[in-house]
Amino acid sequence: MNYFTDAVAWLLDPAHYPGPTGIPARLGEQLLFTVVTLVLASVIAIPVGFLIGHTGRGRGIAVATSGGLRAIPTLGLLTLVALWIGIGLGAPYVALTVLAIPPILAGAYTGFEAVNRATIDAARAVGMTELQIVRHVEIPLGLPLLIGGLRSATLQVVATATLAAYVADFGLGRFLFAGLKTNDYAQMLGGSILVILLALVLEGLFAGLQKLVVPRGVAVGRPPVDRKASTRRRPGMEPAITKGI
Amino acid sequence: MIEFRSVTKEFPDGTLAVDDFSLTVPSHRTTVLVGSSGSGKTTLLRMINRMVDPTSGTIEIDGVSVASLEPVKLRRSIGYVMQNSGLLPHRTVVDNVATVPLLRGVPRRTARADALRLLDTVGLDRAIADRYPSQLSGGQQQRVGVARGLAVDPNILLMDEPFGAVDPIVRAELQQELIRLQHELGKTVVFVTHDIDEAFLLGDQIAILREGGRIAQLGTPAEILANPADDFVASFVGADRGKRALHVESQDGSDVLVDSDGRPAGVLVGQRSGAGPSGGARSDVPHIVPTEGPPR
Repeated sequence: MNYFTDAVAWLLDPAHYPGPTGIPARLGEQLLFTVVTLVLASVIAIPVGFLIGHTGRGRGIAVATSGGLRAIPTLGLLTLVALWIGIGLGAPYVALTVLAIPPILAGAYTGFEAVNRATIDAARAVGMTELQIVRHVEIPLGLPLLIGGLRSATLQVVATATLAAYVADFGLGRFLFAGLKTNDYAQMLGGSILVILLALVLEGLFAGLQKLVVPRGVAVGRPPVDRKASTRRRPGMEPAITKGI
Repeated sequence: MIEFRSVTKEFPDGTLAVDDFSLTVPSHRTTVLVGSSGSGKTTLLRMINRMVDPTSGTIEIDGVSVASLEPVKLRRSIGYVMQNSGLLPHRTVVDNVATVPLLRGVPRRTARADALRLLDTVGLDRAIADRYPSQLSGGQQQRVGVARGLAVDPNILLMDEPFGAVDPIVRAELQQELIRLQHELGKTVVFVTHDIDEAFLLGDQIAILREGGRIAQLGTPAEILANPADDFVASFVGADRGKRALHVESQDGSDVLVDSDGRPAGVLVGQRSGAGPSGGARSDVPHIVPTEGPPR
């Protein structure tokens, strides 16, 4: 009667676990699909983003292009590519790579742009080559924002990857499409819950990773002072204290 | 020796930052470029290590045109100290100091040991070696910046308003430290500032710049104070007012120097007794013993 309890029952039914169409296999496929898509998108977006961030050129084009890419309906693109290259995993890979590029690109170049210009200028003035500036200054300092971009790309891809099942026998989307066809709402909802759980787990991992990649020197200079100033001290006392530092 | 020959720099937006500038910077001395903003002083400094390339004219270091040198290699051979230290926030103090030696391929252990010694040189405790720049005070950061500038033992040290962002007490401390260091090391220092007091304190040779990098006057502090070239220089150095416009007043048989506001600035010693002015580096000016200054 209750869809939700039915879905939980479906999830807990041991019959849905073994084999290539079982829950673990589908979860694995979904995860694999997400990772491959992110790698494809990163290979394209990160170097371009670094180039834009480092040179400061082509930003306008990047913003316009990624805005355009974001506006493309993924299902429409998926159908289009599938009609063109045929049924199978090729079309979803293309469609979801297109979906993942804008946030990664934005993360890559905004990360570089967020680095203090004076720091980069000083690095150049003491004799770093452009490549060394990228490697030793811009990448480490811009990494948190790049990871942020990867994080939002991951979230979009892992959820939207259910569409891969539209044109291929692949991923958690199978449960949704199969359930839809047979009016098996327990299976549909169960599949959806699995997608949501996977997305939450990945989100949690990235949240942790994002904290982890903040360079220590940047981290130590920041949070303790802010936290104290905003929560432990009365607002009126702030200026007097911070001025002395 | 650094030589500017008819150097002009026009930026792409049409600003003429430096117009036909010529100057000889002697070796092992401190030359200060002083002027207000827009005088092109920082542009001039940055042309020495090719952070900026001149539109026309040449800059030579010991007879070699910098334009013929590879920028990265040139920069690694010249110390550079900037305002706000410009340290890498994600690297520790010792790694920051060792940055350039490591780029030049000095083994890590050697570079680290050298960097620790440089911390001593600039008056920093080795205990802060493993801290990050954000954990240091402004004054300490500037000292680290100086240590990094000295890390490759360069002949030339470029300093771009290095003490501009620290409070007056720390600034005075750092200035004295630089005088001591320069006494020990004898680098060719090119120092940019807008603070004429700092220029007089640190400079062996001072170039007072007007807009467009035109030299209003070039000389030692004493020469400039004694004979300001024109009204611009006189007003810039404050020779016509305040604590620089001193006159002698007799008080109880002793000559007291009084500034233009009537506040005593010091007493005149040495010349009255006939003995020459004693000791000071700039012995061509009367030696002034400061009195207790009025409360600030």
